[in-house]
Amino acid sequence: MEIILNNRNETIEKDSLTMAELIKLKNYTFKMLVTKVNGQLVKKVDRETSIIKDGDKVVVLHMVSGG
Amino acid sequence: MTFEEIRSILSTKTIGIAGCGGLGSNCAVALARIGVGKLVVADFDVVQESNLNRQYYYNDQIGQKKSFTLSDNIYFVNADVKVIAHDIKLEPEDIVKIYKDCDIIIEAFDLAEMKQMIIETVLSEMPEKPLICGIGMAGFGNNNTIRMEQHGNLYICGDFETEIADDMPPMAPRVGIVANMQANQAVELIIKKHLKDGDHTK
Repeated sequence: MEIILNNRNETIEKDSLTMAELIKLKNYTFKMLVTKVNGQLVKKVDRETSIIKDGDKVVVLHMVSGG
Repeated sequence: MTFEEIRSILSTKTIGIAGCGGLGSNCAVALARIGVGKLVVADFDVVQESNLNRQYYYNDQIGQKKSFTLSDNIYFVNADVKVIAHDIKLEPEDIVKIYKDCDIIIEAFDLAEMKQMIIETVLSEMPEKPLICGIGMAGFGNNNTIRMEQHGNLYICGDFETEIADDMPPMAPRVGIVANMQANQAVELIIKKHLKDGDHTK
């Protein structure tokens, strides 16, 4: 399937996957992330059950400390 | 628009600032200078000597509560600004309670987990409210890596990657850039909304 991940086209060799699986697949190792699908927040606690499908627009934001 | 026109619009607005450290103290003072009507600030910490390389406090304020001290400093900058200061370590329920009447919320925490917490809280509990975050501002130089990204009502200012560490300290120049970018974004949102709503009576 084709998704848009952080404004870039991305081909994933699967028909669907969860947000948690996408994070693992992309090797996002940051401890703190904020995730959105099609403009909707996917809370950290919902990442195991949130399904990403063909055509979805996914945003994964990395939180870093400092301020 | 003239400054007087801009100030008269800002004077009717309330901006919430979560955290009174490097981002929060500098952002608050920038907004106070141009006459935002009311600022709601919150922090649980006290001013430390190590903060003075970037935070809007003075030597003789070391040991004082940041929230109340920032309120004092804002008064010296612009006595017309109403400041509500909370000495509190913010939890999700506090964020909803304290900032629900604000036009805009500025995220100004230091820790990544606190940034994530406020983003998840505001986007799920108050999704219509603009939230302006600061992510990545450690070290020095690299002016061109600092930018703003919009994701719906979530605005993020920073370089998105530099994390503070012993060899990557937060310092006034870059922290100040991001704090003032956050303030600048807030002003843009307020003025644009004002023009869009066609509310020229205020």
